Amino acid sequence: MNATPVWVIFVASIFTNNILLASFLGMCSFLVCSNRIETALGLGTAVTFVTVFTTALNYVIYRYLLVPLGLEFLAFIIFIAVIAAFVQFVEMFVERFSPKLYYALGIFLPLITVNCAILGAALFMVIRKYNFLQSVSYGLGAGLGWALAIALLAGLREKMGYSNVPAPLRGIGIIMLVTGVIAMAFMGFAGMLNVQ
Amino acid sequence: MMTVLLANSVTVGIFTGLTVMLLVAEKYLAAYGQCTVSVNKGSVVFEQTGGVTLLSALYANKIFIPSACGGKGSCGYCKVAVLGGGGPVLPTETPYLSRREIRAGMRLACQVKIKENIELRLPEELLSIKEYRARVARVRELTHDIKEINLELVDPSEISQRPGQYIQILAPTEDGPVFRAYSISSPAYDRNLVQLIVRLVPGGIASTYLHGLKENDEVTFTGPYGDFRLSEDPETEIVCVGGGCGMAPIANIVRSILRRWPNRTCYLFFGCRTTNDVFYLDDFRALAKEHPNLKVIYALSDPLGPEERWDGDTGFIHLSVDKYLAAHSRHQAFLCGPPPMIEAVTKILDGRGFRKEEIFYDAF
Repeated sequence: MNATPVWVIFVASIFTNNILLASFLGMCSFLVCSNRIETALGLGTAVTFVTVFTTALNYVIYRYLLVPLGLEFLAFIIFIAVIAAFVQFVEMFVERFSPKLYYALGIFLPLITVNCAILGAALFMVIRKYNFLQSVSYGLGAGLGWALAIALLAGLREKMGYSNVPAPLRGIGIIMLVTGVIAMAFMGFAGMLNVQ
Repeated sequence: MMTVLLANSVTVGIFTGLTVMLLVAEKYLAAYGQCTVSVNKGSVVFEQTGGVTLLSALYANKIFIPSACGGKGSCGYCKVAVLGGGGPVLPTETPYLSRREIRAGMRLACQVKIKENIELRLPEELLSIKEYRARVARVRELTHDIKEINLELVDPSEISQRPGQYIQILAPTEDGPVFRAYSISSPAYDRNLVQLIVRLVPGGIASTYLHGLKENDEVTFTGPYGDFRLSEDPETEIVCVGGGCGMAPIANIVRSILRRWPNRTCYLFFGCRTTNDVFYLDDFRALAKEHPNLKVIYALSDPLGPEERWDGDTGFIHLSVDKYLAAHSRHQAFLCGPPPMIEAVTKILDGRGFRKEEIFYDAF
């Protein structure tokens, strides 16, 4: 079992081990949906929602169904199925209560299913042998960390609209550079907490 | 062996559980219940199960608002004023609505999903648009890719149209019927007939369907649509400029005008590429002999081939407009053709003193 305290896991997964900036998972929708803060926050909320609930549900299924039956090898398939079902649910929810966000996210709402950060969170939970409470806090932290990263980039992109970016770097080029710099900045948190 | 069976049953079990959960969620989240759609302060009211677009609900209740793209959000024709219950304006609508229109509550009916009671305002004439059933009376080939299709009206048997208006043909496809707009080329005084001039567009749904029609085939369409209002003043000259397949509304306008005002000044400019694309020239020249104030000018834009005989103008049609259009105090123009032609002709008419309200163009 993993002895790391729950609050350490939570804070670490947002800052020190940010799933996007440290592990570089979940880059595609991060790069595309970060042009406006409104959309970024909307997507970040959706991803956090999905990550928390799927990590928790995946823990329950893994610990109480797959492990006792010796079926750990099914983990990948089952985790993805659970994530896909939850994303469908989120899609229905968003379309009903916020059609504006639904159209703003467009294809990227269903693409949350293949967001590697979410599957990554579930698999990290398995590797690090978290218990239920640790899994939930990790899921919440990972989701919030992802949301924080995309919100940061969206804010910077909105400001960069007034900057004079050299022509070859406009678009993806400057975004990747900026992401790299933010990632390095987050490395500054490294001494804060140690979690593995 | 046991492991395989166990693994399979666990997987199936979990997948089924997830599916059930989603079905339950869909029942509660995606079901909107019965909503009331009220049009023009209650002149038309109907109930509609929520979740469908406003456009499909209106069509299902025989209110045929214009729609050139059939609900895909790519034409902007289905604008309606939503007074309440439409929700926020969606990003798929904003390219077609000006800020003033959005403030006035204009929405694209094909993008508005009915989720609650909704109140609309439509122009009165849209409420009188009907669905017509017609029979193909005659199909005539005009050029290698243009056909003249004559539809005899069955039910209702008469149509009351204004020159320059169009109808929406219902073309069947595998995904359900689609509507495509075509101008009426038969004159307004022919009330039992609707004539269309259709160019075959490779891969085009409606043009392929229409070109495949034979005599006695049944056709359904809605109409008539279109805001063009011919000036009723017999002193106002009419200048029609068409290019490519833009002949249909012009044929309607010219023939309707000359029946009512035989001496009215009328210009018919038509631009084609080669002699193979020329049609109706002899008919119009005969008409011009009977009505001396009708001027017919055709122009070919491609250089003449070795075997071609042509006694009309050459060059682009807007140059002919520049050459032949005489000064006149009151005028009205109708343009129908490709956008570059419309732009060029508008510039010339502008230079001749035509005001913006006097130039009408057909954007197909």
